[in-house]
Amino acid sequence: MTETPRQMDVSLDVFEGPLDLLLHLIKKDDLNISDIPIAQITQEYLGYLDLMKDLNLEMAGEFLVMASTLVAIKAQMLLPAPDALEEETGPDPRAELVNKLLEYQRFKEAAGVLSVYKEKAKDIYYRAIPPPFSQDDFTLRASVFDLLTAFKRVLDQAPREIGQILREEITIESKIREVLDLLEAKSSVAFEELFSGGCRRIDLIVTFLALLELIRMKQIVAMQAEVFGAIRIYRADAAPQTPDVIPAEAGTQNLGLGPDFRRGDEQESQA
Amino acid sequence: MEPRDARNILEALLFITEQPVPLKAFEELFAGEFSRFDLEKMVEEIVSDYQARGSALELREVAGGWQFSSRPEFAPWIRKLFKDRLTYRLSASALETLSIIAYKQPITRSEIEEIRGVEVSAVLDTLGERRLIRIAGRRESVGRPLLYGTTPDFLKAFGLKQLEDLPSIESLMPPQAEPQSQLPLETQPQTQAESTNEGVPQP
Repeated sequence: MTETPRQMDVSLDVFEGPLDLLLHLIKKDDLNISDIPIAQITQEYLGYLDLMKDLNLEMAGEFLVMASTLVAIKAQMLLPAPDALEEETGPDPRAELVNKLLEYQRFKEAAGVLSVYKEKAKDIYYRAIPPPFSQDDFTLRASVFDLLTAFKRVLDQAPREIGQILREEITIESKIREVLDLLEAKSSVAFEELFSGGCRRIDLIVTFLALLELIRMKQIVAMQAEVFGAIRIYRADAAPQTPDVIPAEAGTQNLGLGPDFRRGDEQESQA
Repeated sequence: MEPRDARNILEALLFITEQPVPLKAFEELFAGEFSRFDLEKMVEEIVSDYQARGSALELREVAGGWQFSSRPEFAPWIRKLFKDRLTYRLSASALETLSIIAYKQPITRSEIEEIRGVEVSAVLDTLGERRLIRIAGRRESVGRPLLYGTTPDFLKAFGLKQLEDLPSIESLMPPQAEPQSQLPLETQPQTQAESTNEGVPQP
C-alpha cells in the first residue's frame, strides 16, 4: 500500500473491506495495533465512510457494521469502569477487534507472498491443461454452426406438439424487439434464456431467425468461452473483447472484459 | 530390464503427461524391479541431461509429481503464438481469499468471511472457475456447509511442490515490531527457474 501525499489526507486506494481500511488507518498514523486509540480511529474511519459516500463509491454493508462495532467499543471504553462491581473489570473491549486485525493482517501478508510466487511461476508452461479462463470470459465469436447446434438442442428439448395449431402470425420484427428489450435490461443473456419464453416450436424458430437477423445487422454478438462451449448473446456495445486484450486486469470484479461488461444487473455466471 | 531402458520409459511417460506424475506411480509401474531410490535417481538424471544439453525444456517437480515444462525464457514466444495461454492476474481480494484457503483448508465460506470481514462468494466462484480451489467436502455441523480446499492446479500456478512449501503462517507476522523484510521469500519454490534470458531472442 503506498503512502498518500501529506497534504491530502485522502487515499483512493480501494479497500478490500473494513479490516483493510482499519489496517490502512493504523499504518498511516503509525499506531500500535494492540493499543489502538479507539476514539481517534473511529473518527477517521467514519471520515472515510463519509468520503466514500461523497464519491458515490459502492459501499458494502460490512463497512457499516464495522462502524457500529467501533462506536460500541468506544462507548464501552468511555464508560467508567464500575469499580464497585469488581467482576466488570473484564477484558479489554478492543481485544476481539485486535485479534481479528492481527489475523487478517497475517493473511494479507500471505497473499503478498502468493503473488510473488505467482509472478515467479508465470513463465513456466506445462503441456496444455485446459485454459484457465473463467466461465465469464466469453471471448470467442460463435459461428453460425455453433448457433445452429445450440438451437437444435433447444428444439430437441422443446415439447413435441400435438394436434392442430391455430394459425397465428408471429413476425420476426416483434421477436427482434423482444430480444433487444431483453438486452436493454441486461447486457448479455445465455443463449438458452432467449428461448425460455415461448414453448411452441414456431416461437422458438422465429426467435432464432430474429437472432440471426440481429447478428447480421451487428446489433448483437454471439460469444462463447471455448469452441463448442455455451453461447452468450451480448449487446454489440457491451461485447467482451477478443483474446488479445484479455491478460491485464483479470480480477474478480472485472474479468478483463472491458468496462461495460458488468453493466446493469448482469452478474450471473452460467451455472 | 536395464536401468537405461527404464529411464527412457520414464522420459516417454513424462513427455506425454498433462499432469505431474508422482514417483509413487513409477514405483507401482516397475513394482519390485526398481526401488523408489533408483527411480528418483533416474528422474534426477533426466533433469540433469536436459540441463546439460541446454534444452528448451526442463523436468520439474511440481504439485507432488514430475512434469516437463518449457523454460521461462520462452514464455514471451508461447504467449505470442498461443493466446489462450495468457496468464491471468488475480485481484487482491482473490489472493487474500486464496491464501486463507491455502492455510486453513478445509474451510467453510463463513469462516473465510469471518477472517476477511467481507462477503466472498463471488471470489470463490472465480477461484473455482480457475480451478485454484475445489469443494473438499461438507462440514458435519448445522447446515452442513461446503468446505473449500486448494487444487493441484493451485500448486502449479504458484510453483509449489507441495502445500508444505508455503512459509508458515506464524512466520508472516508483519511489520508491527520489525520493519518488513524478513519474509521468507528465499526459501521457496523451484529456484532452478532462475535461469536468465541467456541469449533467447525476444519476440
